[in-house]
Amino acid sequence: MDVSGAGLKSDSFEELAMPLFDQLYNFAHWMTRNREEAEDLVQETYAKALKGFASFQLGSNFRAWMYRILRNTFLTSRTGLKVTMTVPLDAEEDGPELAVERETPETLLFGRMNHEALHNAIDDLPVHSREILLLCEVEEMSYQEISETLSVPIGTVMSRISRARRSLRDRLRPLAQETTGVRGSREQP
Amino acid sequence: MICDSWKTELDIYLDGEMPSAETRALDIHVHSCPSCAADALARVQMKRSIQAAGKRFTPTSEFRRRVRTSIAPKPHRSFGLTWMLAAALSLVVVASSLSTYMGIQRTRGEQAYSEIADLHVAALASSSLVDVVSTDRHTVKPWFQGRIPFAFDLPELQNSDFSLLGGRMTYLGQTPGAHLIYDVRKHHISVLVFQERSLAAGLDANFLSPKKPPFNMETWSQGGLRYFVIGDASAVDIDRLAKLLKTAS
Repeated sequence: MDVSGAGLKSDSFEELAMPLFDQLYNFAHWMTRNREEAEDLVQETYAKALKGFASFQLGSNFRAWMYRILRNTFLTSRTGLKVTMTVPLDAEEDGPELAVERETPETLLFGRMNHEALHNAIDDLPVHSREILLLCEVEEMSYQEISETLSVPIGTVMSRISRARRSLRDRLRPLAQETTGVRGSREQP
Repeated sequence: MICDSWKTELDIYLDGEMPSAETRALDIHVHSCPSCAADALARVQMKRSIQAAGKRFTPTSEFRRRVRTSIAPKPHRSFGLTWMLAAALSLVVVASSLSTYMGIQRTRGEQAYSEIADLHVAALASSSLVDVVSTDRHTVKPWFQGRIPFAFDLPELQNSDFSLLGGRMTYLGQTPGAHLIYDVRKHHISVLVFQERSLAAGLDANFLSPKKPPFNMETWSQGGLRYFVIGDASAVDIDRLAKLLKTAS
């Protein structure tokens, strides 16, 4: 959603921001894991965005801007501070980390897994993995858009997505193995 | 193996982020390789499942109405009044403009002060005061590399009453910055550094603090960066730390 042209007025904020309401709320709820906190986060995000709308740069990505405000607000909230304290300061971020993976019976099953198992697996991911997976798969943001939202280089976006997917697969694999009785297929040549 | 090299690219391909020439080559390969085709199918299924599962939470209509109301533009006042009324109004406006301007400046300054004070209090209330724990400026400063989009210098504290406890990332609005914690006679002082051009217009050189501030604070701009020094230490200590920082920058 690139906004271009002159004459941005405060009343156009509502026109631009309200279509994002449902998806911002969904993202906020995934981050906070709590309805009340998600509502507070979204409310604060809209208040901050409206306040800063005059400084919004024409031609830049409005959706990424809104998500960036929401994410920064979350990270400085009590819940955000608590979860980021538990995130290891890893040495990631140098570039894509794309391990070769072969298809296995369980990976083929992932697509048919029930939603609850998938919800729990996504919910169980560390916050950096959870947010990037949601931005990529649910919000269908481009790598560039994610890069703008998270304020990190595209190489970091690629490595984080790769790591998040692998982490999700690792969490789902035991469930798939229980279903199929398959063991140790990843070690096969 | 040829397939191994392609498989490392499958996610980028399926995300639609691969350059068009490579996309065409991988298209051809996937159509002729059952192994890669099966892998691609599994990944597509995974993407679709995550997408479906990820759209989980929906806001209530009451909450939507509340937010919409809070951001709705205020109704425009009608200016279809007579010239006489307009003249009378303009007289009132002119008469009160100076006090209004001063009031706005003070309100903006108080809001900005409040946000800085919030960051200071939030850090002190946090279970972990700093993310990088070190009294060594040569350890703390490099920790911010890659985390914030600018560099800054920290002062030498030998022969002073101040000690550096460490630092953490912070955000003012949408602007990332460095948050350093110093100690002087058991008082914690926050030093916040942001890029001047990234900050909202309210945080300018006319920054004002409330009439009875709960914290002492100093702020200045130097080398394209905006510094805030805030804490419950005495105004003299705040000023001394500010001078040390100004000398180092």
